[in-house]
Amino acid sequence: MFATKLAVARAAGSLSRRVGRGGGTTLPGRVLTRLAPEAVERLSAGLPQGTALISATNGKTTTAAMAAAMLGPELRLCRNGGGANLLSGVTSALLQGADGAELGLFEVDEAALPEIARRAPPRSLLLANLFRDQLDRYGELRLLQRRWRETVDALPGTTRLVVGADDPAVADLGDGRPGVVTFGFDDPRHALPAMDHAADSAFCVRCGTGYRYAAVYLGHLGDYRCPRCDMARPPLDYAARDVRLDGLGPTCFRLDGPEGSYDVTLGLPGIYNVYNAVAALALAAALGVPPDRAAPRLGDFRAAFGRFERLELEDRGAVLLLIKNPAGANEALRTLAPALPGGTLLVALNDRIADGRDVSWIWDVDLETTAPLARTVVCSGTRAADLAVRMRYAGVEPERIEVVDDLPSAFDRACALAGPGGSAFVLPTYTAMLALQRLAAERGLTRPYWEARA
Amino acid sequence: MTATIVWVYPELLSIYADRGNVLVLERRATWRGRDVRVLPLRLGDELDPGTADMILLGGGQDRDQVLVAEELRRQAPRFREALADGAALLAVCGGYQLLGHRYLGHEGDEIPGMGLVDLETVAGTTRIIGNVLLESRDEAGTPRTVVGFENHAGRTTLGAGVTPLGRVVAGGGNNGRDGSEGCRAGRLIGTYVHGPLLPKNPWLADEVLRWGLARRGDDRPLEPLDDRAEQIAALRAGNLARGERR
Repeated sequence: MFATKLAVARAAGSLSRRVGRGGGTTLPGRVLTRLAPEAVERLSAGLPQGTALISATNGKTTTAAMAAAMLGPELRLCRNGGGANLLSGVTSALLQGADGAELGLFEVDEAALPEIARRAPPRSLLLANLFRDQLDRYGELRLLQRRWRETVDALPGTTRLVVGADDPAVADLGDGRPGVVTFGFDDPRHALPAMDHAADSAFCVRCGTGYRYAAVYLGHLGDYRCPRCDMARPPLDYAARDVRLDGLGPTCFRLDGPEGSYDVTLGLPGIYNVYNAVAALALAAALGVPPDRAAPRLGDFRAAFGRFERLELEDRGAVLLLIKNPAGANEALRTLAPALPGGTLLVALNDRIADGRDVSWIWDVDLETTAPLARTVVCSGTRAADLAVRMRYAGVEPERIEVVDDLPSAFDRACALAGPGGSAFVLPTYTAMLALQRLAAERGLTRPYWEARA
Repeated sequence: MTATIVWVYPELLSIYADRGNVLVLERRATWRGRDVRVLPLRLGDELDPGTADMILLGGGQDRDQVLVAEELRRQAPRFREALADGAALLAVCGGYQLLGHRYLGHEGDEIPGMGLVDLETVAGTTRIIGNVLLESRDEAGTPRTVVGFENHAGRTTLGAGVTPLGRVVAGGGNNGRDGSEGCRAGRLIGTYVHGPLLPKNPWLADEVLRWGLARRGDDRPLEPLDDRAEQIAALRAGNLARGERR
């Protein structure tokens, strides 16, 4: 009976792909959940090595892909690599890939985590960070943290918890739990001069006093201590030290862990990708693949589409960095800043449900220090007009702001402005990124996302 | 004379990008060659009624609201003094709720407010979320629109003598029932509309700015700015609200 339901749901997925309705990454799961509500429990329980779940506001897709690159050579994985990270996406992935797989490796939406973790208790759970993101959808950050706490409290004792130590709200979830693994960034040379406007958990999660930071690395992530109750960043089991960033080029760092120290080279720019890499290394170790085997596998790692994408167009290029919230956008801009002067910046702001209907977050992005560096700023997306206003107040002169609502036209315009040998720097929100991905696929610039799945 | 924009508790009351309101006031003054400064008021600081010309209160997370309310209550006489002396006050979302007598939570828990305006708020069981469009009037009585985004569980009821900031054309407004949105009392404005509020509603920004500058003796009319980008954004946001929330 269950087998019949699986077959029906699978057929729905292949039909969805065949009629061109997308990758069939969530539909089969929705069908199966309707036919057999207990599917996610049954399918995940059948995996001999169990499941690992990864959740965070920022970086979960990239972290999951990095973990897959580390674990993949040793374990047959079942993944939701298409970014479908709600219950339906995880169920679809199990439906299509659980057969013959040894380990389930899933990135999970922050709000969907409690239900998924309850129904399919993971062998390992990686919680990396919590940033302000889409308040209209997720409600407030603290509410989400409370739900994560309930989730952690309800986990079986056998679940290995891996937490981001640099995020107070996340680190606190691991406090006192036996076997918890912590990871973080530890190189004060890269500390920010001050906390930016997007910072979220600057007040002690236990007593409400403002934290003192020895170093702030990204948003509210860093080396903190509460002056009143002494809650502080816990000791790091896995730490990224001696970090060498090189603009948009590869990043190198030393990983210090219980197994020893390893030099890691990463083909991705930015501090946030160092965070993603350390998180993935800590998770892989918790799942039995230690850094001496895992770290070298990052060498030729490529991020999921749009997280850091270089598109080649005849005599010029385009660099795409997904933006979803103030903290992520600030990091993307910080990474682009050295390459931006005199260049073309295209920001595409959509307000669909997956982007967040409320676009006020663009006012929390520190555009003041970066956007005026560009020679031209092209504003696009469903809320292009809002962006144009934001750019004006960020100090970009009106004659250097262009509004091109239609995204393909805006992309062409930005590439034209970039000139021969130049690059357009493109910052799309989630659905704008998907639209650009379709555009790139149509033009043969990259493969569709469901083919790129590991 | 430099006019002062006081940004109240930026770390705790900036959940909906309220920083944008501060930025808009500051830039629109600077573009016109008027002298303003931004002064963040930190938790524990005392508001100086004599120099606080434009006071901005944003929204906070629920847990912070209790802490903030306590502090604001302590400071209420200073706010009252500033208002009586001609200062402008703009409060959005959580800050707006705290202007009133109290906020009644789900479990009957009560957060007393500053009592600056005759209004009170009761927690609803659902959140009112979406783009919003209001019909309003400026100080001179000219019809204006207000556009933005609202996201609140609180249902606010105005006292009989309190004027709303506007009438809801599309959206939920104060309570989703009586068609009112926000409040206006002299130079005090309260509203649930963020987005942030001021960038797409420059007429409102200039009203607050004019009040703030006037308090420092600068009564010169504000030179018009090229607000075409703002007008287009406002028109589109208004259409979005109309399309979604009739």
